[in-house]
Amino acid sequence: MSGILNSSIGRKFAMALSALFLMFFLLQHFSINLLSVTSPETFNEVSYFMGNNPLVQYGLQPVLLIGVLFHFIMGFVLEIKNRKARQISYAKNNGGANSTWMSRNMIWSGAAILLFMIFHFNDFWVPEIVEKYVEGKSQVGKDFYAHVVHMFENPIRVGVYVLAFVFLALHLLHGFDSAFQSVGANNKYTKGLKRFSKIYAIGIPVGFIIIALVHHFNH
Amino acid sequence: MNLTLKIWRQKNANDKGKMVDYKISDVSPDMSFLEMLDVLNEQLINEGDEPVAFDHDCREGICGMCSLYINGEAHGPDRGVTTCQLHMRMFKDGDTIFIEPFRAKAFPVIKDLVVDRGAFDRIQHAGGFISVNTSGNTIDANAIPVEKADADKAFEAATCIGCGACVASCKNSSAMLFVGAKVSQFALLPQGKVEATDRVLNMVKQMDEEGFGNCTNTGACEVECPKGISLENIARMNREYLTASLKG
Ligand code: SF4
Ligand code: FES
Repeated sequence: MSGILNSSIGRKFAMALSALFLMFFLLQHFSINLLSVTSPETFNEVSYFMGNNPLVQYGLQPVLLIGVLFHFIMGFVLEIKNRKARQISYAKNNGGANSTWMSRNMIWSGAAILLFMIFHFNDFWVPEIVEKYVEGKSQVGKDFYAHVVHMFENPIRVGVYVLAFVFLALHLLHGFDSAFQSVGANNKYTKGLKRFSKIYAIGIPVGFIIIALVHHFNH
Repeated sequence: MNLTLKIWRQKNANDKGKMVDYKISDVSPDMSFLEMLDVLNEQLINEGDEPVAFDHDCREGICGMCSLYINGEAHGPDRGVTTCQLHMRMFKDGDTIFIEPFRAKAFPVIKDLVVDRGAFDRIQHAGGFISVNTSGNTIDANAIPVEKADADKAFEAATCIGCGACVASCKNSSAMLFVGAKVSQFALLPQGKVEATDRVLNMVKQMDEEGFGNCTNTGACEVECPKGISLENIARMNREYLTASLKG
């Protein structure tokens, strides 16, 4: 078991596990966002719970942060290693003949998502952390919903969010079923999984986009 | 057909190398790609130039010696064939064809289009075999019953000819399809189970040491493989490797 990250398959496995975890988190994030459209009160309750439950705050949140960091760092490390594995590039390379654009450009869709995450953390996560742990304010009765609606008033911000989710969709279109292949799951369910992966990869980002647009045009 | 060829010329392993343009005329669409190169070489020899070095042996798609990255694809634009089985009818009169060696740090160029694929041999030596006593009382392999489905899958994996097209096509220069096939051909058979743990650990270790890149599941290898080796074999290797790491 020792030094599993030193092997190519070990790294691949770790990359896939962090991806599966992040995709699960994304679904959970989406479900909560959906509440902001269907029921602002429930959205406020759930937001309060997520922001103040010790298990979420001190248990899940650090795991999530580590997962995100690991996935990004490992993604860049692998890209550098892989570039080194071919020192002279082809004069003519027809990548489109044998693989999808998404699969060949995970580093770029990933980098775009990283930039977005910095922007997004600055919008929501950092102010929350400052409020709770630096200023020590209580969040009891806080109107999280009003904050979300306020954030989506700015059309530039909405534009950035929409664009980021397009990149996320491109990333997931390759990443979702790729993660299953990496952990060794390629069997009779793979065809069905591929179909489901398309629904997830397009459906979830489009859902996020619709929610942002709804808040933008409804305020 | 009249064609323009853009061919990688490199005197030896240390030479920098460059693409050189050649014109060739009266190419028959029935020629194989290698026959077309034979004609070019005759032309070059007659003109007093150095012929283009390229690998080949069986010229019938079974040895895996021929290579070449043709117009941006390993073994050219056709599917399920090696370069020796590629025909000039896949091209049109007036075409410009790029001909380059398989590129990967682990496959250094020896001369022109010839690369050293010894890394594959070293991976095989690390575990791509079963230890059988051959002192004269060897037991017939057929004496051990094997389920048909497994036998078929093992056979499919064993059809890998070690050509290296998977590495050449992969944006990461990963050798996982080759190693996956070589691990799978034994992993599926009772004879292979005995040394399964060491086999996969040692072969993957050697693969990494040779400097091949990390697989990101683009699937380019499977599309370009002349033998249709499936990505299932990589998934199987991943499973074998993870189980072996936990054990060993
Ligand atoms: S897996 Fe296919 S492409 Fe790779 S070495 Fe074997 S036959 Fe060639
Ligand atoms: S020369 Fe043997 S496979 Fe092409």
